[in-house]
Amino acid sequence: MPDKTVLVCQGTGCVSAGAEQIHISLEREIAELGLGGDVQVKRTGCHGFCQQGPLAVVEPEGIFCTRVKVEDTPDIAQSLLSQKKPPERLFYRDPLTGKVIPHYRDITFYSRQQRTVLKNCGYIDPEEIDDYLAVGGYEALRKTLLEMSPEQVIDTVKRSGLRGLGGGGFPTGRKWESCRRASQESRVESRESGRKTLGSGLQTPDSYVVCNADEGDPGAFQDRSVLEGDPHSVLEGMIIAGYAVGARVGYIYVRAEYPLAVKRLEIAIAQAREKGFLGKNILGNDFDFDIEIFQGAGAFVCGESTALVLSLEGKRGMPKPLPRPRTTQVGLWDKPTLLNNVKTFASIRWIITRGADWFAGRGTKKSKGTAIFSLTGKTANCGLIEVPMGISLREIVFDIGGGIPGGKAFKAVQTGGPSGGCLPAELLDTPVDFDSLTDAGAMMGSGGMVVVDEDTCMVDLARYFLDFTQKESCGQCSLCVLGTLQMLNILNSITCGRGRPEDIDLLIELGEAIKMGSICGLGQTAPNPVLTTVRYFREEYEAHIYERKCPARVCKDLISYRILPDKCKACMICLRGCPVEAITGGKKQIHMIDQDKCTRCGVCLDVCPERFSAVECIPGRLDNTLHSA
Amino acid sequence: MGEITFFIDGLKIEANEGDTILRAALEQGIYIPHLCYHPDLKPFGGCRLCTIEIEGRGLTISCKTPVEEGVRVITENPQINKARRIAAELIIANHYSECLQCARNTDCRLQDIATYIGIEEGRLQRLKRTVRDLPIDDSNPFFYRDPNKCVLCGICVRTCEEINGVGAIDFAFRGFATKISTLKDKPITESTCESCGECVDRCPTAALARKGSERPAREVKTICPYCGAGCGIYLGVRGDRVLSARGDRQNPVNNGQLCVKGRFGYDFVNHPDRLTTPLIKRNGTFVEASWDEALDLVVAKFKEAREEYGPEALGGLSSARVTNEDNYLFQKLLRSLGTNSIDHCARL
Repeated sequence: MPDKTVLVCQGTGCVSAGAEQIHISLEREIAELGLGGDVQVKRTGCHGFCQQGPLAVVEPEGIFCTRVKVEDTPDIAQSLLSQKKPPERLFYRDPLTGKVIPHYRDITFYSRQQRTVLKNCGYIDPEEIDDYLAVGGYEALRKTLLEMSPEQVIDTVKRSGLRGLGGGGFPTGRKWESCRRASQESRVESRESGRKTLGSGLQTPDSYVVCNADEGDPGAFQDRSVLEGDPHSVLEGMIIAGYAVGARVGYIYVRAEYPLAVKRLEIAIAQAREKGFLGKNILGNDFDFDIEIFQGAGAFVCGESTALVLSLEGKRGMPKPLPRPRTTQVGLWDKPTLLNNVKTFASIRWIITRGADWFAGRGTKKSKGTAIFSLTGKTANCGLIEVPMGISLREIVFDIGGGIPGGKAFKAVQTGGPSGGCLPAELLDTPVDFDSLTDAGAMMGSGGMVVVDEDTCMVDLARYFLDFTQKESCGQCSLCVLGTLQMLNILNSITCGRGRPEDIDLLIELGEAIKMGSICGLGQTAPNPVLTTVRYFREEYEAHIYERKCPARVCKDLISYRILPDKCKACMICLRGCPVEAITGGKKQIHMIDQDKCTRCGVCLDVCPERFSAVECIPGRLDNTLHSA
Repeated sequence: MGEITFFIDGLKIEANEGDTILRAALEQGIYIPHLCYHPDLKPFGGCRLCTIEIEGRGLTISCKTPVEEGVRVITENPQINKARRIAAELIIANHYSECLQCARNTDCRLQDIATYIGIEEGRLQRLKRTVRDLPIDDSNPFFYRDPNKCVLCGICVRTCEEINGVGAIDFAFRGFATKISTLKDKPITESTCESCGECVDRCPTAALARKGSERPAREVKTICPYCGAGCGIYLGVRGDRVLSARGDRQNPVNNGQLCVKGRFGYDFVNHPDRLTTPLIKRNGTFVEASWDEALDLVVAKFKEAREEYGPEALGGLSSARVTNEDNYLFQKLLRSLGTNSIDHCARL
């Protein structure tokens, strides 16, 4: 047994920063020092702290090396030889206190988390089934098949209180129960009508289990990380689900944009088949189950259950309007279909092995267990986090996220991706669970969490998210496709300084109609970023419209740059840097910006030496007369 | 009549089990705005205009909700009207407003909706006009495809799939770029389209419109002359000219459906090359003759042949383009002449 293990993150973030080379180099260095027998170098999935990547962790001490480069690998290898710590420059430095923290358990980003679904991500090698087995993998499946009836499995999931972690929050156990019932009815029906066999003599399945891995929110990567870091936990959850609902075929609908996840899933499925966890007579039982991967073509709306099913059937993914039967009753190929998110399936093994009570003991009354977020934006620490349900937004932003860097003020947090809402500082104590977030006008969604500071324009932010949903609308509801287009046009004109007084009311009117009248979750939530920013940051909209000012100094048509005469040293740097020759002046002659020529590119501000700080950006438009006055 | 009784805006309605609320309402002459619904097709539910409230249950779309005994349907209230008005305004802001120049003027479902809602110019002006400027596909000799007038109701897509089983078109692209497209967005003539025109007939606007926008003065009920199927059609005529053809929905043979010939192949009627009198070949050239002359000649030749070679020497070739009754009489005639050699062009 090697004494030490170096875990080198091979998540997409770290890989794109060169982690594959680091792994190769580290292995070589260690071999050269003759440490091959004592130190094992292991490739793992995502550690979550992607901002600090590429990451390497030395176990068992739990020493956390950040921003590792290939050049650092000899030093890390040397430290292992000399039994010392790796050089301090690789350690995490607290962004606020500047303190160096060598162990990840001491970093607030990790210490305040409750990693369950993500427990093995960053710890095991996702391409080695033995690694998964070593941490208790497939024990839940074994327990299920040997000790539990399908009804008992469903009952356990029901009692655990698990709710769908794809964002919808539908009680998972109830979904499974309804699918099992429909599946049994379908089996009876097909037996009676004699349609059980296909021409080739193959049996047509009575029901399906489908894993929704069509993670499409911009900035969200929880599902990808789980698939890349711990693919077997998803497979195990799906197999248990298959046993519970009576399905023999499972599909994983994963975006083609996730090649690493697809590759690791393929490896995991092949290994699981080899070990007898997939295929015929699993673990010697009268239970067959197999899983296939289906790659989606990248349409956001295909994450919606009915659109996903259509896409899986090879058709254009467009959500089906209510009233219609649930997917659990009429789903893929019109058969009962259990559709759950990656994280939901990955939670199952813990519920089975540790029990429903253990799971139900965490979280809040109505939202049990943990929630996974991609924490991004203006926080000191960014990355993938798993927190108990009910934790406050404040704890996430200021403890785990480490607050806002650069002495800036917190402004808002957008939860739930483009479909979610923007919550202001007053709501920072909102508990993070399905119902509280929905009440506040936001949503859990797929788990994107974008923190913005005072330098972000809320109108521009709403415009950004709406631009995304507008482009991803499937085009079938006129309210959704045409309504979001009108809203986007309005936001564009507001940010360009052409906003009309009636625009705010029109945004609200359109937004509410779209929410009420759209078929699917995309349309029903697309106006959220606009409606919540209007609700909580109305004064910013009004400043754009009435004062022609962008208070956050983002919208180019509503800001100005000026040179402060008392600070300008007439050094000519900005004058030369200006791409449109808008700056006049000369040596020993104070510089001035011609506001008619200025394109607000900001080069003057960037190049003005910090010791002078003579250029400033201000909200609103100056004209030349005012400026000279 | 119906087995189920329910109420629309307090009015007692009888409907058949399995009917949707919208179908039942329309059959009773109660208009509920709709754009993507068509009685021949499965409900789609995209346009959201037919939203209604069922008392005690909340809002739903009437095109997909089946009738139930005793339910009380409300077709308008402030909440429904608000969303419906905005949906209609959005579609109208995205549509050409020059109705007089449109082939479907006064026969347009969008006009029905605009009339029902009652357009308020001031409200409409708040919205930006978003009509696209996409190329019109005029590759088909019989109809235009103008994507700028399309309301994305999907009726054409469903017609092609459900009625004709061809599937030549489908929704393509996303967001505002969504449109109805052939495979690889090629002209319709390069797709699997059979030009049956069923979609043209059902299109609620002029996104699919016949070439030639003249309307007939009156319609004549008749049978399509092309084949033995005998589809019922209405020919639209003005004086001697045939200007249109449409399927007879009451006709049990075709239930209103037609193929490309029946729907579009009527210009031969007024074509100058068409024969209008019998021709008799004299001295190597065809010369116009009266029916009496022509029939006398046929009788004379038949007699001559029969006397010289016997009745078996005679034969008759009939056509699928005449009626069953005519074909019956024709074989009767030939048999009375003593021959069984009777055939039919549809066997070729």
